[in-house]
Amino acid sequence: MSRVAAFGLGAALVALLLASLLVGPAEAGPFASLRAFLFGGEGPLTLVMREIRLPRALLGAMVGASLGLSGAALQGYLRNPLAEPGLVGVSGGAALGAVISLQTGFALAFPLALPAAALAGALCAVLLILLLAGARGGALTLILAGVAISALAAALVSLVLNLSPNPFAASEIVFWMMGSLADRSFAHVAVAAPFMALGVALLLPLRRGLDALTLGEDAAASLGVRLARLRTMLVLGVASLVGAATAVAGAVGFVGLVAPHLVRPLVGSRPGALLPAAALAGAALTLAADVAVRIVAPERDLKLGVMMALVGAPFFLHLVWRQRGAGA
Amino acid sequence: MRRARAALFALLALAAPAAAEPERVVSVNLCTDQLAMLLAAPGQLLSVSHIAHDPLSSAMLEEARAFPANYGRAEEVWLLRPDLVLAGAFTPETTVSMLRRMGVRVERFPLVTRLADVPEALRAVGAALGREAAAAREAAAFEARLAGLKGRRAGADPRAALWHANGWSLGPETLAGDILAAAGLANVAAELGLSAGGRIPLESLAMASPDLVLSGARYPGASEGEALTSHPALRHFRRGAVEDRDWVCGAPAALRAVSAMIEARRSLRGDEVARR
Repeated sequence: MSRVAAFGLGAALVALLLASLLVGPAEAGPFASLRAFLFGGEGPLTLVMREIRLPRALLGAMVGASLGLSGAALQGYLRNPLAEPGLVGVSGGAALGAVISLQTGFALAFPLALPAAALAGALCAVLLILLLAGARGGALTLILAGVAISALAAALVSLVLNLSPNPFAASEIVFWMMGSLADRSFAHVAVAAPFMALGVALLLPLRRGLDALTLGEDAAASLGVRLARLRTMLVLGVASLVGAATAVAGAVGFVGLVAPHLVRPLVGSRPGALLPAAALAGAALTLAADVAVRIVAPERDLKLGVMMALVGAPFFLHLVWRQRGAGA
Repeated sequence: MRRARAALFALLALAAPAAAEPERVVSVNLCTDQLAMLLAAPGQLLSVSHIAHDPLSSAMLEEARAFPANYGRAEEVWLLRPDLVLAGAFTPETTVSMLRRMGVRVERFPLVTRLADVPEALRAVGAALGREAAAAREAAAFEARLAGLKGRRAGADPRAALWHANGWSLGPETLAGDILAAAGLANVAAELGLSAGGRIPLESLAMASPDLVLSGARYPGASEGEALTSHPALRHFRRGAVEDRDWVCGAPAALRAVSAMIEARRSLRGDEVARR
């Protein structure tokens, strides 16, 4: 990525973080808000800025970066531009894992039980998708397998929440399937951060391997890429990132699809260089969507996934159209 | 408004004696459950709603356990062969009209949104059951207890917010709002422009800086909506627990909620005095 592009992305991210801090129902001017945020002081505005808006903004960036990075990694490994954690059912699997652990009480068993369960759900979905559509399967097989896994995961999430003894659980199907960052706290940041760090640590070293893989598996192997190891790290890394993101914010779709495509022109056709760029773009995109839901329908808790799908689905259709043109 | 409501109750009361005193009564609503259990003659009430058997929602759990539960479905209610079904404002219209088509007498009772309307509700259900004397006794006892609780209170009213799962709060035109007012607590929901029930965003709640934030107990299982009530930002405010079951129905149990809130007010005011 050129230095200018990197600077541009970074500046956009900072601006969106700032916007995320300044949008909310507590009607205070931007200067008063920032003063309360930076210098504190008595009064509820400091509390609102530091304990309600800051974790939301941070979590938005973290969730977006995780999904963007996962999407770029999946697209690079499968050499398929339609791969995305939401579309291929990984987010759905993570949501199922999270919901089961919450309703059975396993989520309280030990401190990181909730994201661990979401990771396990995501892992099952990634393994299933690789088994069904693998690196050699075409785009169509991948999407069909993804549709089936997503549908099954969504149905099971609904089933678990409908069977819950909790009267509020069933109405939260939409949270788990669409995702939201409303009223998240630093507790959620702490829950998500460790597995997100693990996912980044697993995926970023794969840059060279993913680049080599563009030449084909045999060529990559002859260049010294250990394919089995690459696949294991990729699967675990994607599951960690998507599991952690979904455990705290629900399944947010399309970030992993749109973010890599937005920055691909900036980095050329090297999937390795795409990874960090897609993470930055994913963070910016998710923050933008989260600011938008608060401006469009401040009173309604419009779900993040709705906003992302409004942008992402037409984009997806465009990609499908292009694939058709390419005769894939 | 008040007169219209009284007229409505009177009309219900007038309509009742047309039928003979019912012998097989089924209640399908949590609030009519309570009024019927208080007023019915032994053997008159056949079944109460399943919610009356839920420890978190039912203010008369012990009493309710003596009656089989129903889920308010027309078919199962009809199979009990009732000659009177007591329904509430939230009973689905489809169920009510289905039962009426099958020839069952269904009495639907309006939502009670003020403590002062509880005696009328007691009398209306009493009239439907043909238990006017029992209803008059209960109504008089309620009025006496309410008057006893509503004395003058010293000092400014502390500001309290009811803040339940998903940030749901209740304004002054609800029974819960009336309970707060009766206990001498100012309702923060009213300051934020809420007259009936509605959501208060966490940020708006924090900005209002209530003296007391009141939330209900959690149900088994888990929900994000309930988890919100333990958001760490709220540790800066004094918290209080409310027994949901005493707050939902316009029935004598609502007085327990008033007493609990008077106690909460007293401890808040005590704190304030101690700080000076």
